[in-house]
Amino acid sequence: MTRTAQPRPRPAGPGRPDDAGPGRPDDAGPGALDRLPAVVPDASLPAVPAVDRRADRTGTRRTARVPSPALLLGALVLLVVSVVLAITIGPAQISPVDVWRSVAAHAGLGSTPLPALRDAIVFDMRLPRVLTAGAVGAGLALAGAVMQSLTRNPLADPYLLGLSSGASLGAVGVLVLGLGVVLPVAAFVGATLALLATLALAGSLGTTSPTRTVLAGLAVAQLCAAATSFVIFWSATGDSYREILSWLMGSLGGTTWTSVAIAGSALLLVGTALATAGGTLDAFAFGDTSAAALGVDVRRTRLLLLTGVAVLTGAMVAVSGSIGFVGLVLPHATRLLVGARHRVLLPLSALAGATFLIWADTAARTIFDPRELPVGILTAVIGAPVFAWILRRRRAVS
Amino acid sequence: MSLEVRGGGVRIGDTVVLDGIDLTVPAGTVTGLLGPNGSGKSTLLRLVAGVGGALPGRVTTTGDVRWHGADLLAMRPRDRARRVALVEQDARTEVELSVRDAVLLGRIPHRSRWAADSDADRTAAQAALDAVGLTGLADRPLASLSGGERQRVHLARALAQRPELLLLDEPTNHLDIQAQLAALHLVRAATSGGTTALVALHDLNLAAAYCDHAVVLAGGAVVAAGPVADVLVPAVVDAVYGVSTTLLPQPGTDRPVLAFRAAAPPDLPAVGAWGG
Repeated sequence: MTRTAQPRPRPAGPGRPDDAGPGRPDDAGPGALDRLPAVVPDASLPAVPAVDRRADRTGTRRTARVPSPALLLGALVLLVVSVVLAITIGPAQISPVDVWRSVAAHAGLGSTPLPALRDAIVFDMRLPRVLTAGAVGAGLALAGAVMQSLTRNPLADPYLLGLSSGASLGAVGVLVLGLGVVLPVAAFVGATLALLATLALAGSLGTTSPTRTVLAGLAVAQLCAAATSFVIFWSATGDSYREILSWLMGSLGGTTWTSVAIAGSALLLVGTALATAGGTLDAFAFGDTSAAALGVDVRRTRLLLLTGVAVLTGAMVAVSGSIGFVGLVLPHATRLLVGARHRVLLPLSALAGATFLIWADTAARTIFDPRELPVGILTAVIGAPVFAWILRRRRAVS
Repeated sequence: MSLEVRGGGVRIGDTVVLDGIDLTVPAGTVTGLLGPNGSGKSTLLRLVAGVGGALPGRVTTTGDVRWHGADLLAMRPRDRARRVALVEQDARTEVELSVRDAVLLGRIPHRSRWAADSDADRTAAQAALDAVGLTGLADRPLASLSGGERQRVHLARALAQRPELLLLDEPTNHLDIQAQLAALHLVRAATSGGTTALVALHDLNLAAAYCDHAVVLAGGAVVAAGPVADVLVPAVVDAVYGVSTTLLPQPGTDRPVLAFRAAAPPDLPAVGAWGG
């Protein structure tokens, strides 16, 4: 990238002596070592050349931005349209009007309910699945954006702290060993235990600095993965392999209204709290010390946000398994659109994540119909190239 | 009306980094914070900024830090951040920020946690950008700027904070000489508006040229303080840095230039003489 380092000629404005170089103190006679001028008077301050490379357009592009309220509104409309359209797609022919009639009937508004079978397809099968996909996508993208800022690590994702590995261990415990709890509960407990282990390990190494926390999470994740592999290797038989594999790769196959309740309530309660922490997260751009100097209580904020991310991610993993790349790629893609200010970035990431996962899951359940792919395979297939492209673009800028 | 540190001390783990620091920074001055590597300059700035708790490790701070009589360390972080701004050494980010967004970060202590940028925020950021001569680069990505320009952005961020006390840690580090002079010139310009600046510096000649007062640290303690003409003298510099210093007059200014030679055969391997 070319760079013009030549200072522009200064405008010779009033009160700005053009001849004085930058920073030269008053001329008070040579050799007077014992009497320094106290302060350079204001009027005689020579101008530091202003940098203006507006004409120099080589290499870098200016960051053009769409007004954020318009973007948020647009993303919301896109999400609602996506929900309705995704429900209509599938082996059984459903129209948007059918979707509306079914929802209205169940909400006590509509007068003409659908035939029972079609109504069941909309209300008991596709609607909870699409809503769960939306909630999980939103939660993962939001948690990923928060983690990336909090750890100042562009490779961070919601699973960084061993959450998904802990959840997998819990889930495998149910699927293989037949532990007597429902799967989401086991997954959530596994995720929580893994987070506690990570924080305890990071704390025992000193303080919970971003790097230590990430490394501790890595250690816990590896340990949980080893335990999971061992359980599968030792005990899994026949059909349970497919079920386990599907869960480990992330799937929305078995979603019910219970899934919607778990993912939705986590998103509403924890997600909203995280999304409103925007201004505080902005302060972390230049690191912990910088955030503290901007008036943020760094330790308390980090602990609160990490806990929020853990609860949110734990709930999402509990209903869907560990769907990869949504929490990594969507925040980056959103930053390309609106920049890094969290006040817009966080809600828009959530909306984009919801829309993305709804379409990814729709594709996962239809393209190889009647067979269904775990959606995690699709998000990886889409996410990996997109991530590579984002990395290339970042290199080009910096 | 000044910054007063009495009995300031910082321990990180079991290591004493600063001990028994007493110093006064007169209001409205540019005061240089000098001393060899590891003498505790950065730690002292962090103590004054009240950000010791954000350092890695178990940090214990002691002593009294007062700004115009108010106890800075007992203040709510947010209230302190409205009075004191800190520009760290080599502040870097992986975040893709525009120049204007980076400067707007300085407004965080001045607005409620949920608020968007107000007109006052935008005005303050614009004024800070104008003050450091970066108006034309406001919408550029921060990463596309040169080191000297980036240092100006950090200064603008601190100015947007509208601080009464400006703390700068080696603002000339890794900059070419023109950018070094520009950075310190801008600090001087900021103090002409009434702000007080405490600036950690390595280059004693920059301190001699731009500072009103100087505080010299060595081994975590203050060894000299006062008007820069009294502090930057051979008696002080030679003892602290272990060199032999000569003050030379500089044509066109009454500020001296310091020239250094090794005081004694240093404990370094011998080097062949120049010119064979």
